[in-house]
Amino acid sequence: MKVLYVCPVEMAASGRLDLVDSLTGHRGRVWNVSWNPTGTVFASCGEDKTVRLWTKSSGQRTWMNKTVLTDGHQRTIREVAWSPCGNYLASASFDATTAIWDRKSGEFECNATLEGHENEVKSVCWAKSGNLLATCSRDKSVWVWETSEDDEYECAAVINAHSQDVKKVIWHPHDDILASSSYDNTIKLFREDISDNDWINCGTLASHESTVWGIAFDKTGTRLASCSDDKTVKIWQQYLPGNPEGVVTQSNEPTWKCVCTLSGYHSRVVYDIAWCHQTDLIATACGDDAIRVFKETPSSHKNQPEFELICTVHRAHTQDVNSVAWNPKEAGLLASAGDDSRVNLWQFKEETIIF
Amino acid sequence: MLALLLNKTKTFVGMNEVMVHGDLIDNVNRALQRPSNFLNQEMDELDEESISKRKQDLKDQVYDCIRTIKDPEKPSTLEDLEVVYEDGIQVKSLGGANSPSVIHVEFNPTVPHCSLATLIGLCMRIKLQRTLLQAIKVDITIKKGAHDTEDEINKQVNDKERVAAAMENPNLREMVENCIRECDD
Repeated sequence: MKVLYVCPVEMAASGRLDLVDSLTGHRGRVWNVSWNPTGTVFASCGEDKTVRLWTKSSGQRTWMNKTVLTDGHQRTIREVAWSPCGNYLASASFDATTAIWDRKSGEFECNATLEGHENEVKSVCWAKSGNLLATCSRDKSVWVWETSEDDEYECAAVINAHSQDVKKVIWHPHDDILASSSYDNTIKLFREDISDNDWINCGTLASHESTVWGIAFDKTGTRLASCSDDKTVKIWQQYLPGNPEGVVTQSNEPTWKCVCTLSGYHSRVVYDIAWCHQTDLIATACGDDAIRVFKETPSSHKNQPEFELICTVHRAHTQDVNSVAWNPKEAGLLASAGDDSRVNLWQFKEETIIF
Repeated sequence: MLALLLNKTKTFVGMNEVMVHGDLIDNVNRALQRPSNFLNQEMDELDEESISKRKQDLKDQVYDCIRTIKDPEKPSTLEDLEVVYEDGIQVKSLGGANSPSVIHVEFNPTVPHCSLATLIGLCMRIKLQRTLLQAIKVDITIKKGAHDTEDEINKQVNDKERVAAAMENPNLREMVENCIRECDD
């Protein structure tokens, strides 16, 4: 018998998210989902200390859990990240280590463990160049790791710029610029100082009033979106030295200015934010169990952009939504993870309003 | 008793129907089950009297859960020490089709420099998480002005990542388990 379930999607301005799949397998909270660079596989991880890889066989419409990576960590796996080539996976864990998995043998195996953080590693990310990896921890530090051809990982820098727990690290979409967000309410940017190979803090973005849980660059890398425990989302615009707008820059570094604050939309902490590099849509994962999608309005201005909420899925999960990730190739395909131990897949569709 | 505690009831008053979505009708090789919450859906249709009764029930349920937590240092319960009190519990939202249930718990540490206030907050959060019948959002804060570092403690106790990590620390976990273990009367 076919029973139709009406998806609790609010008819908003011009879009909807349809549930495509709801995947079980994890036990307990799922913290993170992450697509591989070609968008054919995604990894999920969580409280059960496993990384699960999900794929869709050709001709099939459903996503299947093909691989479960166990024995890499002693505690919760907080985040998982793919290398730009798609052959490596890094997993960050509360056990203070980051595991590197590769599939040289055909299957993903843990072949390196990065140690050094004093306690929980919260986030890990590979730079576009593929030679750099960043991790961050409750120990307040951000580490940059250099990878070599023979899979050796060497610590290139320990950056102590934040005054509290560092929640998230991400790399710029093209350049070796690193961004981190923290329990200290700020976002910081780092780059390597060519003169002495030291990593320096080249920008501090302060405006959020509580922990900044998530950050995401747009496809150009000139804008950054952030989400926070203060229930807001902020959009930051980069201004280069000598910019025509006259925004003051210091020491010949770009200035990042908050040009838009989206408040009043989220009723609880916003745990994650994803900026689609194909459609430019922004999705958020919220502690009120909802997923929301924002779109820049056609009349929006660079220096004063406007974003509108075009879709809300209430109860996208039955508990907090922890992670959202747009598929890098298939426009509008979104994966989400929640405290309800599920991974859900959604397809975004633009629509004209029908009254 | 411990079994009761460990019974982390994330009961979803579930409709176990197969969800078939749009063009996905064919070849659904496993049931896509989507738990839904009858209680919350009903909520939208309730009159004021039933709403206030449900609020009181939830409040009682929450208070019963936290009042018996033992103080980490003394042989007394949080209720005996007046660290928790019925008026400290507020039902902010009973939830509806579009919003989750939210409760707020205020507590009053015995002294303004109480070094165990964070642990007490942690105990309340963990015990509520394990005991409450539905997935309810819980905000926990220290009574305004009752602690020297209340902002710091509030932030920590309400950061679920910090709470989760703390519970994976064997020493902290043992302390919490000792405080929230139900004693046979």
